[in-house]
Amino acid sequence: MKFKDLFSEIFISLLANKVRSGLTILGIVIGIASVIAMVSIGQGASNQITKSIEGLGSNLLNIIPGTLRPGVGIVSSGRGSAQTLKNDDVEVIEKIDGVYRVSPEVSRRFQIIGINGKNTNSTVFGVTENYPIVRNLNISSGVFISESQNRSLARVAVLGPQAAYDLFGDEDPIGKVIKINKINFLVIGVAAPRGSVGFVNYDDIIYVPLLTMQKVLAGIDYLTVMAVKVESKDLINQVRDDIIYNLSIKHRVDPQNPDFTIASQEDILGTLNQVIATFTIFLASIAGISLLVGGIGIMNMMLTSVTERTREIGLRKAIGAKERDISLQFLAESVVLTLIGGIIGIILGSLIAISISYFAGISTSVSLFSIILAFGVSTIIGIIFGYYPARRASKLNPIEALRYE
Amino acid sequence: MIELKNIWKIYKNDDLETVALKNISLEIKEGEFVAIMGPSGSGKSTLMHILGCLDTPTSGKYFLDGEDISKMNDDELAEIRNKKIGFVFQSFNLLPKTNVLRNVELPLVYAGISPKKRQERAKEALNLAAFPNKFWYHFSNQLSGGMMQRVAIARALVNDPKIILADEPTGNLDTKTGEIVLETFQNLHDKHGRTIILITHEPYIAEYAQRIIKIKDGELIDDFKNNNRRIINNK
Ligand SMILES: Nc1ncnc2c1ncn2[C@@H]1O[C@H](COP(=O)(O)OP(=O)(O)O)[C@@H](O)[C@H]1O
Ligand SMILES: [Mg+2]
Repeated sequence: MKFKDLFSEIFISLLANKVRSGLTILGIVIGIASVIAMVSIGQGASNQITKSIEGLGSNLLNIIPGTLRPGVGIVSSGRGSAQTLKNDDVEVIEKIDGVYRVSPEVSRRFQIIGINGKNTNSTVFGVTENYPIVRNLNISSGVFISESQNRSLARVAVLGPQAAYDLFGDEDPIGKVIKINKINFLVIGVAAPRGSVGFVNYDDIIYVPLLTMQKVLAGIDYLTVMAVKVESKDLINQVRDDIIYNLSIKHRVDPQNPDFTIASQEDILGTLNQVIATFTIFLASIAGISLLVGGIGIMNMMLTSVTERTREIGLRKAIGAKERDISLQFLAESVVLTLIGGIIGIILGSLIAISISYFAGISTSVSLFSIILAFGVSTIIGIIFGYYPARRASKLNPIEALRYE
Repeated sequence: MIELKNIWKIYKNDDLETVALKNISLEIKEGEFVAIMGPSGSGKSTLMHILGCLDTPTSGKYFLDGEDISKMNDDELAEIRNKKIGFVFQSFNLLPKTNVLRNVELPLVYAGISPKKRQERAKEALNLAAFPNKFWYHFSNQLSGGMMQRVAIARALVNDPKIILADEPTGNLDTKTGEIVLETFQNLHDKHGRTIILITHEPYIAEYAQRIIKIKDGELIDDFKNNNRRIINNK
């Protein structure tokens, strides 16, 4: 039998069983659509995080107190639990060649009260004038905290756009007073939006002078993190080594085993992407299970089809169909069904992904890779789950088959 | 053209052995119209399956056109069936939800013949089987029994076979439509010189053939020229 004739045979017999063909296709559609949607969500999350983290500053090294426990990861290491970073560490680091600026930071959550009883529970960052340079923060109105305000323990605050909205609504907050932990602060500026990364919403942050934070609000003398901006990308490793060496000497600890951890932006990015990849694989495997169920549906339908069409198979063999003609027909029927299901599934899955980013605001990305993967997977499912029924059909004895009622 | 030599067919199911054909030897020449007759269970269908290359004998030799069929594998048999044999079954065995023309074309599809040629030959065969052309594009399942059997006859003719094998072709039809089908066979033989083997358990139907072979319990018990041949003469 010729290839073209094979297709017209398949076309005729699939159309002769529209409902059953449709239901079988549906099984594959659901499987493929969920794979596409899940992978797009994972891919989208990964892209967004990469973009946001890059937006938080480039050529950055983050110095975190405490040691990194292997297997636990940087992200989950107890931020602020160790108290080994002190304010005078900044001077040590600033002296290192290649260091552009250092931003020492302390963060805490506080209850904040605005006007008319509006309040939020936001993260307050104690920072210096270097913060906007190191962390790529822009000011949309007013000014940022200055060096002298820091030195004089000024009670001034710069609001993230989200915090500004929560505390003042549409009113201009500049010149107004907020209460952080029951202490009055004068609002001097509002930051431009930066979005959120993972669970951290950078727009909900309130910035105060570092020393005010340490002495007035928190009553501590250590730092939760130091961000170091390096002059250029190729100096990062060298600067990292110098920081480890010099800071270890100052802390009187072994440089092989320092009491702090340095993570570059790339390290954090890598870890986060790894987490997302794991998450995506998890989602995709759930979707894969529904694909498997779809495949079993195909096999079930093809086996039913072989049984129902026993006489037809017998007839085809009687008039000259060879084993190969029969098995190819059934195999191709199953592949055509899964391919149709695959194409509809890709379209549906992409639509789901697009509506998720439209309605839920989660960014998604339908990649060519996932489309090709879905095509491949649906074809392979068609072949694998169609093979057994096709073989069974081709091995039918024409005499028995013709007698079958 | 057909030569059976000492054909035995024994079915083995678990411990049960059924001897369906016992030492059958016969010859059928090109252009003959033969009826194989016998009571139910006598082995007629088994014989037809062997003649039609659907099955191979347990022992004995079968030469079709000088070729030894007894030792061929399944795919070789399929090719012989496709080229040399046309089947007409009691229950028509047409593809449902498929139009008449496509049903008739089917053997040519497996022969790898081009669509244009297939159509031409299918239409010729339908004319030969006296099938009215206004139904060519109807689904096979929308036709009456007599019409269905004529489609089946056209399908049996389309590959220009050496033999047409019909197993109880009138079994599912009333007497009148049965006669129309028998008339079709008669014309194919008398006017177009086709070789026809008609299998039946009814003596009255066997009488339309030129030669009658009787079998009973798997044995050939009679083989004679039919001198009182029934002829349908409508015109
Ligand atoms: N596949 C089979 N397995 C076992 N016995 C069979 C099989 N086919 C036919 N027979 C037996 O062979 C004998 C002849 O059957 P068959 O050729 O169908 O007779 P007929 O067509 O004359 O009615 C019967 O006894 C039947 O039961
Ligand atoms: Mg029979």
